[in-house]
Amino acid sequence: MKIKSAKPKAGRPAKVDHRRRKLVKLIAAGGAAAVASPWMFQSSRAAARPIKIGMITPETGPIAAFGEPSKWVAEQVSKFLGAGITVAGNKHPVQILNRDSQSNPNRASEVAADLINNDKIDIMVASSTGDTTNPVSDQCELNGVPCITSDDPWQSWFFGRKGDPKKGFQWTYHFFWGFDQVANMYSEMWLSIPTNKTVGIMLTNDPDGIAASNPQHGLPATVKSHGFDVHYLGLYPPLSDDFTAQITQFKNMKADIACGIFNPPQFAIFWTQCAQQGFQPKIMTPPKALLFPTAVEALGDRGAGTSTEVWWSHHHPFKSSLTGQTAQEYCDAYEKASGKQWTQPLGFKHANLEVAIDALKRAKKLEASAIRDAIAATDYKSIVGPITWKGGPTNPVPNVCTTPLVGGQWEKGKKWKYDLNIVFNKTAPEIPLDRPFSAIKYS
Amino acid sequence: MQYLNILIQGSLLGGIYALFAIGLSLSFGIMRLVNIAHGDFIVLSGYVAMVVIQATGVDPFTSLVVVVPVMFGLGYALQRGMLNQTLSGGLLPPLLVTFGISIIIQNGLLQGFGAYDHRLQEGPIETASLHLPGGIDVGVYPLLVFAVAVLCIASLQFLFYGTRLGRAFRAVSDDPYTAELMGLDNRKLYALALGIAMVFTAIAGVLFGIRTIFDPAAGPIRLILAFEAVIIGGLGSMWGTLIGGMVLGIAQSVGAALDPTWQILAGHLAFLTLLILRPEGLFPRTRD
Repeated sequence: MKIKSAKPKAGRPAKVDHRRRKLVKLIAAGGAAAVASPWMFQSSRAAARPIKIGMITPETGPIAAFGEPSKWVAEQVSKFLGAGITVAGNKHPVQILNRDSQSNPNRASEVAADLINNDKIDIMVASSTGDTTNPVSDQCELNGVPCITSDDPWQSWFFGRKGDPKKGFQWTYHFFWGFDQVANMYSEMWLSIPTNKTVGIMLTNDPDGIAASNPQHGLPATVKSHGFDVHYLGLYPPLSDDFTAQITQFKNMKADIACGIFNPPQFAIFWTQCAQQGFQPKIMTPPKALLFPTAVEALGDRGAGTSTEVWWSHHHPFKSSLTGQTAQEYCDAYEKASGKQWTQPLGFKHANLEVAIDALKRAKKLEASAIRDAIAATDYKSIVGPITWKGGPTNPVPNVCTTPLVGGQWEKGKKWKYDLNIVFNKTAPEIPLDRPFSAIKYS
Repeated sequence: MQYLNILIQGSLLGGIYALFAIGLSLSFGIMRLVNIAHGDFIVLSGYVAMVVIQATGVDPFTSLVVVVPVMFGLGYALQRGMLNQTLSGGLLPPLLVTFGISIIIQNGLLQGFGAYDHRLQEGPIETASLHLPGGIDVGVYPLLVFAVAVLCIASLQFLFYGTRLGRAFRAVSDDPYTAELMGLDNRKLYALALGIAMVFTAIAGVLFGIRTIFDPAAGPIRLILAFEAVIIGGLGSMWGTLIGGMVLGIAQSVGAALDPTWQILAGHLAFLTLLILRPEGLFPRTRD
């Protein structure tokens, strides 16, 4: 009853507000027209219209850890650009409009539309999981706004948006590694030490897990093709609180290698229960769960020896062509400013902006299609490695550029509680090895 | 043996669900307060414990000495200062207010502590286990959580049915108007009730924080399981809440043993089935 009666009430003020807004706009427009002569309008346009870069990442909500460095990265780049950049012979100040997706795809789509329609941005960048990159890219594709995204396995970005490998997309570009790379890298890393080659795999019933469970080229299939005895336990619900059923199966099959997609809280439960149930695999590789040092610290002493994929680190031999900082220098600057340890998304947040700025600088004109053409012609050395969309070996499908992927293992650190060591680099030999891969040591 | 193992592990899981649900059961049973922020209060307790641990260096169990009074005070003040004003308007206003509190807690924690993960560390007890015959391993920590849940519920049961305060709680729960006529101060009792509910939330929060990682957004998913445990058990029945938690836990374990995909679904299905067969719950004590 209450809800029903509340509806028309809520509707009325909105209408009044709408009318009032129109009126205010009209007056404002009239006033502006009276004050500013047409001559003034034109001159201010031609001299230095600010270039607006929209930036969307998850800064709050369940995946906020990925967006934690966004604000700092945006501020650093703004500070570095200072008076602006030169596009087609004119110097323009640059504004980075940093927005929060709240870890929610609907919200990401909303703020993207707002940046496009109200702020009239020139280019969009967005990163961290398909829940951010896909809705933002869709909005840009629809509205004809150039867009560069990263930090989401490219299959989930390309095929998740129903991309056609023959046609690609018109306005949206992406750089990151793919599921095929991660499955290959794991298999080869596991082969680098002696085990009984029995692998237990469990995956989450969410977009990541479903993509990885693909029977032809998913994780279980790829691992099997490397000669492992694979026991795939199927998809489990991502919010699960108990894993004794799966651990019992792992124990029964005598798996030396355990692999499963987890969110950090679920992995903490799983790994504790493994210890309670007396299951001690030689290798524990949980994709996604142990990307952040805080998630490993939270495991206590039991975090040492677990392995994960590494997309970027302070030891990567790349530097930003925008600021000239090496990966190590960039991490140091972040750690000094924030008091927090570097994380993998940090590099990709910076790369996302520097690739966009590189495209803007090369644009023949300050308009959407010219900027898009500049993106398509990108051949750039970023802090996460070389980025190009010109159609080479790193472009498996149009609009996608892959970045190198290596294997890492967590170890007790000196400056921070845990350090991520690069322990496998056959998949990208240009990235130096910290030490070779080893089995988990149990006390 | 395999079935026994499923039953044991499921019951232990039920212990933690019951512990999550006690605070909710109390505030729902006495004030009909649907506390949407319940899960966030659990997480908040974890953060309070973390601050205490960082400041003093004590272990998580000892930190309860500080966390419990802090949460009690917060609950009392919240009910007295804010939620009492909303109770006369039916079910919706307190629902909306606690929804707002939920958002405030999540964003406040994000501002204060950042988005990264935290866990409370209690040392070797976390991974210790008992080896029972038949290859069944029972974790000491889950067993402890279960024992704490039983203890909490027993003490609440005593409070409700063995003390004058408990009689007053039951009176305002059954008929607030008559209770007021008989000289009870409902507003004060409600404040005390949320304070006590927060005591159990604090215990749940610390035990949860040892069991797994938490971050500012970890609260809401705790709410639904707590709710289901309360409804399965029946309104106002403390032992019912424990049984409700165990029903959920065992249903999930059986589901997971059949196929991991069914784990959470099996719990929800058990809840739905009971809702159809016994909408008032298994052991209802309060009438509406």
